[in-house]
Amino acid sequence: MTYKPQTTITAWLLVMPAVALLGLFTHVPIVGSIIHSFYSTDRPRRPSRFVGFDQYEAMFEDPIFWKALTNNLIYALGSVPFSIAIALAMALFVNERMSGRGFLRLAYFTPTVMPMIAVANIWIFFFTPDYGLIEQISQTLHLPAHNWLGSTNTALFCVTLVAVWKEAGFFMIFYLAALQQIPTDLKEAARLEGASGWAIFSQITFPLLMPTTLFIMINALINAFRVVDHIFVMTGGGPNNATSVLLLRLYEIGFKYFDHGQAAALSVVLLVVLGLIALGQFLLFDRKVHYQ
Amino acid sequence: MSPIWQQGLITRLLSTAAAWLLGLLWLLPLLFAAWAAFHSSANTARLDLLAPLTLDNFATAWSAAPFARYFLNTALLVTGILVAQFILCTLAAFAFARLPFRGREALFSLVLIQLIVAPDILLVENYRTVKWLGLVDTLPAIALPYLASAFGIFLLRQTFKTIPTELEDAARVEGCGWLGILWRVYVPLAKPIYLAYGLVSVSWHWNNFLWPLIITNSVETRPLTVGLSVFASLDQGIDWSIITAATLMTSGPLLIGFLLFQRQFVQSFIRAGIR
Repeated sequence: MTYKPQTTITAWLLVMPAVALLGLFTHVPIVGSIIHSFYSTDRPRRPSRFVGFDQYEAMFEDPIFWKALTNNLIYALGSVPFSIAIALAMALFVNERMSGRGFLRLAYFTPTVMPMIAVANIWIFFFTPDYGLIEQISQTLHLPAHNWLGSTNTALFCVTLVAVWKEAGFFMIFYLAALQQIPTDLKEAARLEGASGWAIFSQITFPLLMPTTLFIMINALINAFRVVDHIFVMTGGGPNNATSVLLLRLYEIGFKYFDHGQAAALSVVLLVVLGLIALGQFLLFDRKVHYQ
Repeated sequence: MSPIWQQGLITRLLSTAAAWLLGLLWLLPLLFAAWAAFHSSANTARLDLLAPLTLDNFATAWSAAPFARYFLNTALLVTGILVAQFILCTLAAFAFARLPFRGREALFSLVLIQLIVAPDILLVENYRTVKWLGLVDTLPAIALPYLASAFGIFLLRQTFKTIPTELEDAARVEGCGWLGILWRVYVPLAKPIYLAYGLVSVSWHWNNFLWPLIITNSVETRPLTVGLSVFASLDQGIDWSIITAATLMTSGPLLIGFLLFQRQFVQSFIRAGIR
């Protein structure tokens, strides 16, 4: 293909502002993180110098790093399948001609419009010892008292639960969009053949929703490694790092301890995780479906 | 064996019941928060339906922290981001969709990287950049990393590609240049997408927290989310009713906007989502 120089100049002028900003705040920092992860942190009277893989070695020796990584994986494996399953159920409910479906759609979707900080403030109270809602219910049922957010056994479960509540309604939207594209005559034909509701779902609807499920899964996974807001408010990563996740750890290292070399190495770990998710997406489905 | 229609009825009843149960479960935290915000703290714990309603919690919260300023900051922030995103993304999307130029595919692939690596991950390096620009603790600093949005460019490019070129040719015959064609043909035809993207952008940036937390440290620049977290973390015996009132207050405009324009909101998210 031949390119007209005139068009090329116009095009570059049009994309330039966006591309320059993207470069400055996405591509330059990606490269910057990688470079800085090989240097020591700039301290007074000890200027930054090349240290090879020392930052990575220090990070891999840090038990809190492994704790945060494990927590993040548990969080992802806990929140992603549940929010997807609930989102699918919600979409199927709301897609039917059901009484009060406008109201239900509203109920499911509302958490999505709220700030995660606000959501966290509300949920904190449910988990509060002694007078929190959950404790009041378990007291009525004569169950033993339990500090939900203060115990290392349950804190991670609690923050995962809040994420499912917040995100399911958002993913429902994607399923709803996909359900509306499925031709109704397919289902009607199956029904005439005497197929049961479950057969229609498992043989027709669910397979047709597969690309959507994969798309949501990728997005949910990316979100799971960007999670921080509600954990910051609800537990601050505690108790004893039981709810620490990678981005929260990055915040602590970068902006509480000001150890920029360690922070750069941790950023690279996050970039690698996201890169793996992107690779998975690339291998899992034809890029053309979503990017052309 | 019961007749088919009867089985269908039972399934339908069961799924309606399940749907409502799930809906109530999902609304419960919000209803409870509203309950607490509109009752005095003495009445919050006892779920007495006849307890008197009050707006005192809202008044207390409003006067206990500079929420008016936080509202102004957030309003300025989301408006500024939206306007800049519309302009930047429209120009770039048009070039990517309709102008054949050297390096287009490679450049577009580079843009898409931001879909996976969001600016939040890069906050340490971005803080360095903003500091170098001398913009720490300003509203533009909160906005800068998000102004060029890969999602916006992607969404608008998809839309522009579906617009027939005949319309463009007609405009050119009438003497329109590139900008004229963009403004008279492409932008008006993509209006629903702008609405969809606008709603997604506003709700996203209204709710954004970590980057504003890092880059701001004064009342004059703090958006609502950061202001709320500062307010709620103050250990001065603020009771839960007041924190809840503040919480509902800060999400209020978005919630009310959502309730009023529910259909457009959901349709917009669907439209933005399927691409």
